[in-house]
Amino acid sequence: MTTTLQRPAETSKKVAAEVNRRAKREGWVRRAPLLPGLLFTVIVTQLPFIVTILLSFRRWDGDRPRISGWTLRNYEQVFKDEAILSALWHTVVLTVSVVLISLVFGLCIALLLNRKFRGRGAVRTMMIAPFLIVPVAAATFFRYGVFDASNGLLAGILTSVKRLFNPDAAAATISIASSHPMLTVIITLVWQWTPFMTLILLAGLQSRPGDILEAAAVDGATPWQVFRNLTLPHMQQYLELAGLLGAIYIIQNFDAVFTLTPLNPQTQNLPYLIFRTIQADSDYGLASAQGVVVVVLTIIVATFALRTVSSLFKEENAR
Amino acid sequence: MVANPQMTDLQKLTEANFTAKTGIKVNYTVLPENDMRAKADIEFKNQAGQYDVATLSNFEIPIWSKNGWLADLTDYSKNDTAFNQSDIFPAFNQSLSNDGKLYGEPFYGESSFLMYRKDVFADKGVKLSDNPTWDEVAAAAAKVDGAQSGMKGICLRGLPGWGQLGGPLTTVINTFGGAWFDKDWNALLTDPKTVAAVNFYVKLLKEHGQVSPSQAGFTECLNDFVQSKVAMWYDATSAAGSVESADSPVAGKVGYVQAPVKETKSSGWLYTWSWGMEQASKNKDAAWQFISWASSAQYEQLVGEDLGWPRVPSGKRISTYSNPDYVKAAGAFSGPTLTALQNADPANPGVQARPTVGIQFVDIPEFTALGDDVTASLAQVIAGNGTVEQALAAAQKKAQDVGDEYK
Repeated sequence: MTTTLQRPAETSKKVAAEVNRRAKREGWVRRAPLLPGLLFTVIVTQLPFIVTILLSFRRWDGDRPRISGWTLRNYEQVFKDEAILSALWHTVVLTVSVVLISLVFGLCIALLLNRKFRGRGAVRTMMIAPFLIVPVAAATFFRYGVFDASNGLLAGILTSVKRLFNPDAAAATISIASSHPMLTVIITLVWQWTPFMTLILLAGLQSRPGDILEAAAVDGATPWQVFRNLTLPHMQQYLELAGLLGAIYIIQNFDAVFTLTPLNPQTQNLPYLIFRTIQADSDYGLASAQGVVVVVLTIIVATFALRTVSSLFKEENAR
Repeated sequence: MVANPQMTDLQKLTEANFTAKTGIKVNYTVLPENDMRAKADIEFKNQAGQYDVATLSNFEIPIWSKNGWLADLTDYSKNDTAFNQSDIFPAFNQSLSNDGKLYGEPFYGESSFLMYRKDVFADKGVKLSDNPTWDEVAAAAAKVDGAQSGMKGICLRGLPGWGQLGGPLTTVINTFGGAWFDKDWNALLTDPKTVAAVNFYVKLLKEHGQVSPSQAGFTECLNDFVQSKVAMWYDATSAAGSVESADSPVAGKVGYVQAPVKETKSSGWLYTWSWGMEQASKNKDAAWQFISWASSAQYEQLVGEDLGWPRVPSGKRISTYSNPDYVKAAGAFSGPTLTALQNADPANPGVQARPTVGIQFVDIPEFTALGDDVTASLAQVIAGNGTVEQALAAAQKKAQDVGDEYK
């Protein structure tokens, strides 16, 4: 009699296995519709990268079409070349400074736009305009319209100021582009990216809980205290998100560097370096190797940066 | 084809004037210069046969013909008496040939000369001879500097790039007796004469050159010159068309003299957009008919009558400069342009024998990168960072690395 009775432990094991199986099956049922999309993504994003890795071990130099074969020379050259180090440094300087400055400006503008005043909609639209302009067009405008030594806006303003005091003064010239090339690129990019930061931060400000703000007002908190103790902690996530997205784009900025300071060793960043390897050297193998090294470096840096800085991802993990 | 105005004019005129007569349909792909180069590079390297003809410059044609990518045009041009090869400037025949075989036909070409403001020079009592020396020009630049409010002495390209600063600077190096390489591929960038030439160029720019010189290429200098911000400009002969155009404030006030020299007889450069035929082309005869038509004197006449004489793809045929209609339209600069094109000597541009044919460039594929690098570091010097000697010492090392590949 007892033999026919199953032990409860066994039953529960079987049941558990059954549940597991069912869960797995349900999981696949839920995943299946996503598979084509996943496959497509893998094909269009990962295949080119794999091809790039393969190419980086080939000798493929447009200048010497008869040379080919497998080689490690490309990587040797990447690590021997000082240009890549300076390009890496320029990329870091550009990204960090542009992101930080645009974040500060973006936050100030967002705080201003968060108030009610007449014509707010129009002002908001105008504030966002720079972000909607084609980057290369914006850079061209800055090069000729703003920084041009004798015909630019800066030189024009300076000339007007000079003529206030002395009507016959000669036209002023400002050659900021040749004396501070990096600064011109940074100014241009800050102008372009501030609106992006403003947008995200404004969304953050408008989602602040009203009752807490009211309570603070009742308790007689000064605006600074409200900003310091309520707004900033609430905004941390938004600041991080805006900074992260901005950094992802600005790391790969090419238009501004290419247009404002062509062939300038003081501003050459990684994308521009790779572009030159392809364009002037026609060395596709070396360019692929540079690309691979840049991707690896970016992944390493990004992983650490995200882990240490970001509360966004911590919360993801806590869930 | 390169998306330059002369090419787009050609595209417009093809259907009615070429296809109608010959029955040959021409399919064009028109792209900006860099994209065109990249596409042509891939096409010709693989001999894909997708295109029969491409616009190539005298920089590519000798290199590509050595690679066996281009069809030999010698017999075609010999058998086509109407084309009249002897009317083409000898300098182009030289720079578009390889081993005595012709691989390209010029569509339009340019040399370089010195443009100056006659009115400003007259005011200051300064004179320039028709064949000035660089010392003469430097002295004149000092005298006319500040002749008008905000006017500098001379505009010279300072924007980095082998085709920007590299062009005029290399002609100065040549005439000072320097060079990039001697005939055995020894780099000469630290040669005293090369150093003297570069020092002269940089010093002239810093003392009497345009504002912010390291940012100024062809376009910026053109703007400076027509807006009276400089009194002289040494650049391409093709710039004269814009300088004398109807909407130019300085039209009629400009004098033209030959490229300044020091140790050589002439120093003008030579550049041409030309037709090259792909070796793998299956329509070679039709392709030649097209080339023969596009580079003909008759086509120049057609453009002159249909679209106006200033738009003629000039600077390749001697006969253009005896055409009364063209000379009337080009006026002041047609004579000096003719002289410059006749005196250009791409095989022997300096005082020593050279390893390649070419005046303002070294005709090897590596020169694009080398020229970009070296001009980039020299532009830094022009902007006030470092010295000419330091920049050239580093450049010498890079150049020698390239030269060693050819030894």
